[in-house]
Amino acid sequence: MSNSTARKGMGLDVLTLGVFLSILALVSLFLTAKTHDPLMKVHAVILLGAFVLGIAALFMRAASGLSFDQSKYEEGIIKAGIVATTFWGIVGFLVGVIIASQLAFPNLLYFENIGWLNFGRLRPVHTSAVIFAFGGNALMVTSFYVVQRTNHARLAGGVWPWFVFWGYQLFIVLAATGYVSGVTQSKEYAEPEWYIDLWLTIVWVSYLLVFLGTLWKRKIKHIYVANWFYLSFIVTVAMLHIINNISIPIGLTEHKSYSLFSGVQDAMTQWWYGHNAVGFFLTAGFLGIMYYFVPKRAERPVYSYRLSIVHFWSLIFIYIWAGPHHLHYTALPMWAQTLGMTFSIILWMPSWGGMINGLMTLSGAWDKLRTDPVMRMLVVSVAFYGMSTFEGPVMSIRAVNSLSHYTDWTIGHVHSGALGWVAYVSFGALYCMVPWVWKRARLYSNDLVEWHFWISTIGIVFYITSRWVSGIKQGLMWRA
Amino acid sequence: MAFKHEVLEKNSLLLTLGILIVVSIGGLVEIAPLFYLSSTIEKVEGMRPYTPLELTGRNVYVREGCYLCHSQMIRPLRDEAERYGHYSLAAESMYDHPFQWGSKRTGPDLARVGAKYSDAWHLAHLNDPRAVVPESVMPPYKFLNDNILDGRTIMAELKTNRIVGVPYSDAQIEAAKADLATQVDEYADDYDGFMARYPGANVRDFDGNPEHLTEMDALIAYLQMLGTLVDFSTYEADAEENLR
Repeated sequence: MSNSTARKGMGLDVLTLGVFLSILALVSLFLTAKTHDPLMKVHAVILLGAFVLGIAALFMRAASGLSFDQSKYEEGIIKAGIVATTFWGIVGFLVGVIIASQLAFPNLLYFENIGWLNFGRLRPVHTSAVIFAFGGNALMVTSFYVVQRTNHARLAGGVWPWFVFWGYQLFIVLAATGYVSGVTQSKEYAEPEWYIDLWLTIVWVSYLLVFLGTLWKRKIKHIYVANWFYLSFIVTVAMLHIINNISIPIGLTEHKSYSLFSGVQDAMTQWWYGHNAVGFFLTAGFLGIMYYFVPKRAERPVYSYRLSIVHFWSLIFIYIWAGPHHLHYTALPMWAQTLGMTFSIILWMPSWGGMINGLMTLSGAWDKLRTDPVMRMLVVSVAFYGMSTFEGPVMSIRAVNSLSHYTDWTIGHVHSGALGWVAYVSFGALYCMVPWVWKRARLYSNDLVEWHFWISTIGIVFYITSRWVSGIKQGLMWRA
Repeated sequence: MAFKHEVLEKNSLLLTLGILIVVSIGGLVEIAPLFYLSSTIEKVEGMRPYTPLELTGRNVYVREGCYLCHSQMIRPLRDEAERYGHYSLAAESMYDHPFQWGSKRTGPDLARVGAKYSDAWHLAHLNDPRAVVPESVMPPYKFLNDNILDGRTIMAELKTNRIVGVPYSDAQIEAAKADLATQVDEYADDYDGFMARYPGANVRDFDGNPEHLTEMDALIAYLQMLGTLVDFSTYEADAEENLR
């Protein structure tokens, strides 16, 4: 703290954020007043309330005269992120159970006079809550944790990381309330409408700047491998999100917009986005978690530095091509389908390279699997990652896909990745971080972690196997 | 080794740039050509933009997330051709912003559901799916009967569609609001004008309730035209220009 007098009262970070939030508050006030669209009005009021709250929080902070101690890590945001990840996880899984029950018992939540709780409106709530709310918060909190520890630097931007955190929660609330009330563009995993997309873009660019800013402050010469993966996740998701969501609203005070692309081009762009939401959101980012938490927990260095480099560049190069395997036998030209299939199969290699790098890191520490259920969770997540990234290339083969496409098998495949890999590696990281940031010697109960581990492992295996049975049966019966 | 990975590891901006270059290639190669290769979309006869009522129905379809259980993409496989009809062409969704091909079939494909069932069947089915299909797990859409169309945004909808590339004419945009009502009334004054603007469109009261123009009218109008536009008597699937 060389410059503590300048920080007293109001720092540059507080000033810029205050001005920015004030402008946004005015824009949302204008929207609230001008719009004739009832759905837009609700969202404008939510936005206005959020910005006013943000400004109030900033004022309190400035009045308190507190300043950030640059010699310490930012831990408050880690704690908040852990709570948010857990909260959204519970919400996402719960909505999943509800919509699964609706498929089994279609008269559940049967309200013929309102559409709010119909399967078609709740399903995006489930997928977005799990992928973006639970997964996104897990990525954000672990990336903030890892980037500080591996660079020996406090998060950059003063109050801006908090803007990223709360801005992201606001995005989730807007998206979810939009889906149930009918604000959606119905592009799978990219459902939020134009103004919610714009908001996410602002938050995401701030996230990138906070992350890069922290790298610029680093006291370690080399950027650690986990950060490469986080960086590629942030950069690529920004690119995918912006391009896939280009659309023209029917008016600046209307929620509805029309996608710039149509038909076959829209389909290709959407699945380029959709598959790389898997590749970069659900894989590259979580590999960042693996590359930090597995070696840390095992107290062993990463198995191979050279393999990390090969893994990183080959994975991000090849993943981006895999999208067209979602469009086999459709009106997408054959050359594009074939390219997508070929690269999907090649993708098996970097995926397993990464899995091997993660698993072999345990060399000399395998005994921890017996004694440490958190370590076991991390290792099983990598094993599920291997299983899932083998199943994926198999399903991307055109002949297999002609059977598996449109069936429950796809749903099973997604869940082996999302539950087995993404959720497990997140749980493992959460179980690591909680005692670390709250300065406790150990978790409250290792036995409860054991229970968590076994109940969910059995559940995931049942889930996957039942989807194989029903999916393959559906495919065969349609042909019969 | 001439190039050392160390360089990237020590410079975050070079690393970011490297990532951007590496992840851009696949998308550029796979997506960009679809916009200029003329073979991407077949030349067909019969495709026209949606009528204002059909477009409104399509927006209901989009809003309700129907694509999560229904595909609109018939694959060129024997069982699908026998069950649903001719495989879907790229041309058939060229005015679809966004596309609604779907990825899951909890219910049947709807790409050619148009004219397969009666309006009354659709109405009964949307009101209470299990009344006509006992094994269905579809949710009810009875509330669409209560949502009366006021046409507040319909002109803006057509205009926006024109911006993104749907060839709506000035006349179509001018008449958009009136055309909403014209399509549910065979005796409307502007019937001939409407049929000239949208050749082959279905004109009738779709939801059996002539009192009101509702989202139910719109959705059924949309479902009843799905997959019926292309004239397959003039389409040669094996012709050189249609092979892709």
